[in-house]
Amino acid sequence: MRHIISILLENEAGALSRVSGLFSARAYNIESLTVAPTEDASMSRMTIVTRGSEDVVEQITKQLNKLVEVVKVVDLSEAEHIERELMLIKVRAGTKEREDMKRMADIFRGRIIDVSDNTYTIELTGAGQKLDAFIQALDASAILETVRTGASGIGRGNRILRA
Amino acid sequence: MDRIKGVELTGAEIVVRCLQEEGVEHVFGYPGGAVLYIYDELFKQDKVKHVLVRHEQGAAHAADGYSRASNKVGVCLVTSGPGLTNAVTGIATAYMDSIPMVVLVGQVPTHAIGLDAFQEVDTVGITRPCVKHNFLVKDVADLAPTIKKAFYLATTGRPGPVLVDIPKDITTLSTEFLYPETVSMRSYNPVTKGHGGQIKKAVQLLLEAERPMIYTGGGVVLSNAAQQLTELVRLLGYPVTNTLMGLGAYPATDKQFLGMLGMHGTYEANMAMHNCDVLLAVGARFDDRVIGNPANFALNPRKIIHIDIDPSSISKRVKVDVPIVGNVSEVLDEFLRLIKAGAQRPDGAKLKSWWKTIEEWRGRDCLKYDHASKIIKPQFVVEKLYEVTGGDAFITSDVGQHQMWAAQFYKFDKPRRWINSGGLGTMGFGLPAAMGAQMANPGATVACVTGESSIQMCLQELSTCKQYRLPIKIVSLNNKYMGMVRQWQEFFHGNRYAESYMDALPDFVKLAEGYGHRGVQITKPEDVEPALRDAFKRKNELVFMDFLTDQTENVFPMIPGGKGISEMILSEEL
Repeated sequence: MRHIISILLENEAGALSRVSGLFSARAYNIESLTVAPTEDASMSRMTIVTRGSEDVVEQITKQLNKLVEVVKVVDLSEAEHIERELMLIKVRAGTKEREDMKRMADIFRGRIIDVSDNTYTIELTGAGQKLDAFIQALDASAILETVRTGASGIGRGNRILRA
Repeated sequence: MDRIKGVELTGAEIVVRCLQEEGVEHVFGYPGGAVLYIYDELFKQDKVKHVLVRHEQGAAHAADGYSRASNKVGVCLVTSGPGLTNAVTGIATAYMDSIPMVVLVGQVPTHAIGLDAFQEVDTVGITRPCVKHNFLVKDVADLAPTIKKAFYLATTGRPGPVLVDIPKDITTLSTEFLYPETVSMRSYNPVTKGHGGQIKKAVQLLLEAERPMIYTGGGVVLSNAAQQLTELVRLLGYPVTNTLMGLGAYPATDKQFLGMLGMHGTYEANMAMHNCDVLLAVGARFDDRVIGNPANFALNPRKIIHIDIDPSSISKRVKVDVPIVGNVSEVLDEFLRLIKAGAQRPDGAKLKSWWKTIEEWRGRDCLKYDHASKIIKPQFVVEKLYEVTGGDAFITSDVGQHQMWAAQFYKFDKPRRWINSGGLGTMGFGLPAAMGAQMANPGATVACVTGESSIQMCLQELSTCKQYRLPIKIVSLNNKYMGMVRQWQEFFHGNRYAESYMDALPDFVKLAEGYGHRGVQITKPEDVEPALRDAFKRKNELVFMDFLTDQTENVFPMIPGGKGISEMILSEEL
């Protein structure tokens, strides 16, 4: 099962490698990992997307909690939550493709943020599947470069993760 | 201790002052470029005694053995680069067995970090997976608070080694010294008290058991809960077993003790474990050497209560019905209070019938061996060692067959007397650990049960023993093989003894003499006891006893790796 785990941790040098080291040492899977400081600069918020049985995910959260720099861990997928991912995708957009590409970006509510004679760079946010669907919808040969952030997640409503 | 308000101290002075503040009496270490200023400060005082080892692995093991034998924090000090990499085996050993240790390491100056400087290594990176936590000190103002945190982290929650990496320039810079009285970390708040509701549920389950079993591990020793465990076991009248790490937490000479369990545990302990209906696991972690294959263990239904300070140890290999996260000693206090306050007692008739079954298992006498042998049986040496020392010695061991025989045949009645590398299984641990145990208990009898292969892995420490006049008794069971490797090759690899024979062994007697000690070789069974008696009479001398033992002897019972408890091999079955 796919799980999305949110972690609050001390914003200290080495904290990221403690988390990633834990995953590799115990052979846990990481689909994506994203991290940045929160409104409190002494703390970072990390979102990890992983896959594993219930037992494995229970161990993952327990092992994460054991890391001294980890303040809080929550498995967002246990309840209602929202997740978003940002993708920057550079596509071929010569005179031939320009119209189609613009229309496609509009359909997916993407924004064209950079234009050159023969390329567009499109910014697209959404759940991972939406980004996948956009890539699927394009002609593979039209894609020049893709950059994805991996998912960030947050609980719905009053579900709040704070120190 | 007084605070030196307004007085500036150098980083090196601060390191030594912190150790003094923590009440550290012994530091095991080896000097080198990056720690010269710290050594200079150690030289100028006499509160903290430095023990010079001959290899940094020895420093880490000695600090570890010191901690295990005393319940104090073991401290070691090594230099950057190879000093640290040499110590890594010792750090990992302590980590696997949850031993509270503080490792101080020199580092190249901050401005040289990352430039591949001489004796530079990524200490924090290398040790990250084998420490409870580690720090790199980048500002001298952080030094004292960091060392304080290191001691706090090492000793609280599930204990473990904590490392502080100190660049050389930090030891020369000055700042006002103020040692914090307390530590507060928002990200680290270990639970100590168990959940009241869960404890009630557990006690009820335990009292209603028909075939109860109590299984305890190193956690009982670490939390100093042997007394509570003993009281609980006696109050209930239930059978109890200890893991390799837990030996001594319950008196081995008591009739309720079924011996050690696991791969080389007794028939009765393993059978009771497999057939019980309620299992109380205390400070133990159901590891592969204890229950073997979890699928086989799960074949018999049973209710499991698990007390552990580390939530990640619970339901890791075996699903647990009543988890209790907390300090073993506090939780057991609560168990005792509840049982004593209540009227309910175990069902006597059912318990009697359970004990009858257990006694039948015990009747198999699974540890029997040939007492009439003309060749020295290794088990016999350990039995005699037990007799000669009156069961009151600190026994360290290395890893392999001798370790298992020591665990099976030396009856530990007290905690912290059995000191071995249970988790990592580190050959070479025994001698330096014995040094630590002897340093922590100067007048006590300390023996290292080892083999001719293991002892050679940290042999250089014989020189340290000479320097500090440590009268350790080395009981080497010399079968000229890496015995446990040989045993597996005999059982599982068609008697192909690939590289398990140690050709060209040294003359251990001369070797001991070369280091300034006494060495004796014992070749006949009738000489075993006199040799031991003579050795232990020599209170001020290290004696290396080289016992030439039966080369073909194997450790029984044995549950082959990956098999289940019910697939045990007994000696008569081969």
